[in-house]
Amino acid sequence: MNEIELTQVKVEGRLSRPSTPSRTRTDRTARRAFFVITLLPILLILIITIALFVRAMPILSAYSLTDLLFGEVWRPNNGQFGFRPFILGTLWVTAVGVFLAVPPCLLASIYLAEYAHARTRAIAKPILDLLAAIPPVVYGVWGLLAIVPFVDDVLAPLSERWLGSTIPIFSVTQPTGFGILAGGIVLAVMISPLIISVIFEVFATVPNDLRYASLGLGTTQWQTIRTVVLPQVTPGIIAAIVLGASRALGETIAVLMVVGNVPKTPTSVFDTAYPLPALIANNYGEMMSIPLYDAALLGAALVLLVVILIFNILSTLVLQRFLRRK
Amino acid sequence: MSIKKKHFERRHLVEFLMKTIMRIALVIVAGALGLILWTIITRGLPSLSWSMVTQIPKGGYYMGKEGGILNAIIGSAYLASGGTLLAILLSLPIALYLKAYLGDSKWGDYVRLALDVLWGIPSIVYGAFGFALMIMLGMRASLLAGIIALALVTLPIMTRAMDEVIRRMPVDLEHAALALGSTKFEVAIQVVTRQMLPGIITGILLAFGRGIGDAASVLFTAGYTDRIPTSLMNPTASLPLAVFFQLGSPYPEVRERGYAAALILTIIVLIVSLGSRLLASRLNKYTVK
Repeated sequence: MNEIELTQVKVEGRLSRPSTPSRTRTDRTARRAFFVITLLPILLILIITIALFVRAMPILSAYSLTDLLFGEVWRPNNGQFGFRPFILGTLWVTAVGVFLAVPPCLLASIYLAEYAHARTRAIAKPILDLLAAIPPVVYGVWGLLAIVPFVDDVLAPLSERWLGSTIPIFSVTQPTGFGILAGGIVLAVMISPLIISVIFEVFATVPNDLRYASLGLGTTQWQTIRTVVLPQVTPGIIAAIVLGASRALGETIAVLMVVGNVPKTPTSVFDTAYPLPALIANNYGEMMSIPLYDAALLGAALVLLVVILIFNILSTLVLQRFLRRK
Repeated sequence: MSIKKKHFERRHLVEFLMKTIMRIALVIVAGALGLILWTIITRGLPSLSWSMVTQIPKGGYYMGKEGGILNAIIGSAYLASGGTLLAILLSLPIALYLKAYLGDSKWGDYVRLALDVLWGIPSIVYGAFGFALMIMLGMRASLLAGIIALALVTLPIMTRAMDEVIRRMPVDLEHAALALGSTKFEVAIQVVTRQMLPGIITGILLAFGRGIGDAASVLFTAGYTDRIPTSLMNPTASLPLAVFFQLGSPYPEVRERGYAAALILTIIVLIVSLGSRLLASRLNKYTVK
C-alpha cells in the first residue's frame, strides 16, 4: 500500500517538469527503439542460419547432399567428407542419454507435481537449479573421473556376462570406459533438470477441479493421475522430452570429454563415437590449409542447427499452447 | 464382498508402489548432484592451493612446474561480465517491450518463440558462427569476440528469465500508472523495472553463471593465453578452457590442477546461483504483491 502511494507522489511530481508533448515524443522514440531491439532475436536466428549456409556453400556445391550426409569416409586430406559416422554418433549418444533420462525424470516430476509436500518442492527446486547451473566442462570432469571408470569396471563386465553375447548392441567392443554409454549417462544427468522443470510446469496447467472430480469418485491418487491427468498432458510431456533431446544433440564439451572421439559408425553402446559438436570443437579453427575443411565443419554446424531448430520450434509451439491455457 | 476387497487392496498396493518408485527416482536425480559435487571436491581439493588462484602460469607450468590460473579466472570474469552487460542492454528493452507494449499478444508469442529457439541453439554453433563472422571481418581471437559470443549465448536465457517474472506483475499496477496519465515508456521504466528488480537481478545472475561456465562458445572466439588481457583486442584465457586443456595434458600434476580448476569453477557457479536466490528473496520484500 505504502509503495503505491509513493508511486503516485512520484508521478505527480514529474508532471510539472517535462511537458506532455515531449513525454509523448520520448514514448514514441522508445517504442521504436524497443521494437527494433525486439526484432533482434528473430533476425538473429535468420542471420545465424544464413551465415552458416553461406560459409558451408563451397562444400554443398562440390558434393551432393546424400554424399555428405550418408558418406561413410571422413578423410579431409583426400577430399572425402562423409558425415555419416558423426551423425550416427550424435544420434546414438543422444538416444542413450534421453532413454536413461526419461523414466526417472518423468517419475520425479509427477511426484513433485502431484504428491510432494510444499516443503519437498522447496528443497527439490534449488537442487534442480544447481544441477542446471553446473557448467558442461564440470560435467565432463565428473564423467571422466566417475562415469568412465564406472562403465569400465562395473557396467562393461556386467554386460559382458549377461547381455553382450546375446544382444549385439550391448556387446563390449573395446577395453576403455570411454564411449557412447559414458556420454549418454553424463547427458542424461545434464538434461534432467530441464525435462523435470518443463514437465512440472505442464502438470501445473491441469485444473485442480478435474483432479477433485476424479478423487471425489473414490479413486486413488495414482488412478487419477493415470486416467485423468496424464491423458491431458501427454503432448506436453513429449514436447519436454524433445526439448531435452535437442539440448542433448548440441552438447559439446561434456560429451567430447568422455565419448572417445573415433570417427567410426557405432554398433554397440560400448563403442566409442564422434558426435558432430565434438567434431567441430576439436577441429575448427586449426585446419585452414586443407581445402573445403572449413566449409565442411560449418556444414556440420548447419546440419546440427537445422535439426535442433526443427526440434525446438515444434516442442516450443506445443508447450506455448499448453502454458497459454493457464 | 471378498472380490471388492481384493480390488480395493490391489489399487492401494499400486498407489504405494508408484509413490515409492517416484520417490526413488527423485532421490536418484537429486543424488546425482551430490555425486558430482563429491567427485569434484574430493579430486579437486588436494591440488587446490593459494598460488593457483593468485598467480598466472609461470614457465613450465604446463609441465607441472609452478604458477596458477589467475589468467583464466580474471579472463572468465571479464568475459562473463562483458557478455552479461552487453546482453542486459538488449534483453531489458526486449523484456520491457514484451510487457509494456506487446503484452500477451500474438506478436509477443512470436518473440518468445524466437527467444526459446535461440536458447536451444547449442553454444558450439554460436562459437562457430562467431568465428565465421570474425574471419569475414578479419578479426583475431580476442576478449571482444568472446564477449560478443557469450552475449549471444546468454541473451535468450536472461530475456526469458526476466520475461517470466515481469509477466507476473499485477496488471492493476500498470493500469494505475496509466490512469494517472503516464506513458507506456514511463510505466516500463518507472514502474515495471522497479517492481521487477528482483526478477531482473535473478535473470542477470543466471545468465552470468551460464556465461562463466560456457566453453564451446569461447573456444574459437576468445582464444587462450597465459597473460591477463589488458585491452578488448587481446586474446584471453577462460576457466572452462583452463579445465579442458589441463585435463588433456600427459602430465598427472597438470591434470590434477585441472580438477582443482574445475572445483574453482564449480564454487564460483554455486556462489552465483545461491547468491541470486538469496538476493531475490531479500529484494522481494520491497515489491507490491
